[in-house]
Amino acid sequence: MRINISKRKIRDRFVAKVEELSGQNLLACYQCGKCSAGCPAVSQMDILPNQIIRFAQLGFKDELLKSKSIWICASCFTCNARCPKGINIAEVIEAIRQILLRKREDHIKVEKLSDSEKGDIPPIALISNLRKFTS
Amino acid sequence: MKISYYPGCTLKNNAKNFEDSTLCSLNKLGIQVEELPRWNCCGTVFSLATDDLIHHLAPLRNLIRVKESNSDKVMTLCAMCFNTLKRANERIKSDPESLDKINEFMYRETVKYQGDVKILHLLELLRDEIKFETIAQQTVKPLKGLKVANYYGCLLVRPKEIGLDDVENPTILETLTTVLGAVPIDFPYKTECCAAYQTVDKPDIVAERTHHILTSAQSQGADIVAVSCPLCAFNLDHRQQHTVKKYPEFKHIPILYFTQLLAIALGCPEEALRFDLHYIDPKPVLKEKGLI
Repeated sequence: MRINISKRKIRDRFVAKVEELSGQNLLACYQCGKCSAGCPAVSQMDILPNQIIRFAQLGFKDELLKSKSIWICASCFTCNARCPKGINIAEVIEAIRQILLRKREDHIKVEKLSDSEKGDIPPIALISNLRKFTS
Repeated sequence: MKISYYPGCTLKNNAKNFEDSTLCSLNKLGIQVEELPRWNCCGTVFSLATDDLIHHLAPLRNLIRVKESNSDKVMTLCAMCFNTLKRANERIKSDPESLDKINEFMYRETVKYQGDVKILHLLELLRDEIKFETIAQQTVKPLKGLKVANYYGCLLVRPKEIGLDDVENPTILETLTTVLGAVPIDFPYKTECCAAYQTVDKPDIVAERTHHILTSAQSQGADIVAVSCPLCAFNLDHRQQHTVKKYPEFKHIPILYFTQLLAIALGCPEEALRFDLHYIDPKPVLKEKGLI
């Protein structure tokens, strides 16, 4: 895979926005990979948690905004608990989701769920799903 | 002892077995439980974005209800409610400016909230206030021979600052199951996420996760898996329907709330256990062990 790193991307408003919404210092990450090693969802992810941080540092906005991973993460906070630099990775992923959700780009459409799907699911699941995946 | 109680939405329907078994157990232990008046949904997830104050209103309004009932302590059962209420409270305690803003927004509330309500999970109440020794003394039907894999999931223990036990290796449920006379089984997936709300639009992921978690518990000889979160309970119990489709060799295993085990040990009637709400019927294994 060919990757182009540029000052323009690094200085993009996107990087500052992710830091602001997550409250995290992205440059604190030194890529030890412990977040990805402990993440129970990596098998479904296209960009791993440590790569998400690296991409965010470098301003790879398009790659992150269209990644599958940001919708696979269920904020279980295992990465946060294990990061030796105290970075809250789950918050960084939340910030990327928020950037899309705040443009009304919802991840799920309630009207597309069938009645039987909705009927079987407890309120705790529906509410948390809609809180995380809709604007 | 009297305690204010915040149930949360799922405890009143899908997880009625969690609520009924708890209320019966606490009654046996001589605790007077007072459900909060006018409680509302806590929002189920703590808002992680730094500027998102509006979603902290729902949990904080419930804490105002606690103050209105002349209490400064509230007990929850659901791991997600526990996490959301406690984190929202910690969030505003450490940020007086946000607290002011939120109080200003809730100008119709008669109580100006100050962050002074203590949020307790039932497990903390049992461990720190009622004490496990008392439970041991009140146990009338020890769960002899029942091998229990205790599953914590995420939100009882993470983040570390609000968790009720060790973040990587919690043991409070194992201690409780031992007190009740059962045999706790150790297994490596006890704090591994069940994929939570992905169950709505990506049930396949949940089926896979359920397979990992449950087969690991089974490989260590567990008869049942004990849980403390209604979402984990749904995923590990009801989603076994999907798991078996994906992994035909998978063998079903019953999922119980730890409070149902407590209720059995304290001599609660079977009506309080509400086994009708389970997908995998726990009665055969409990009958085999002579517990019901």
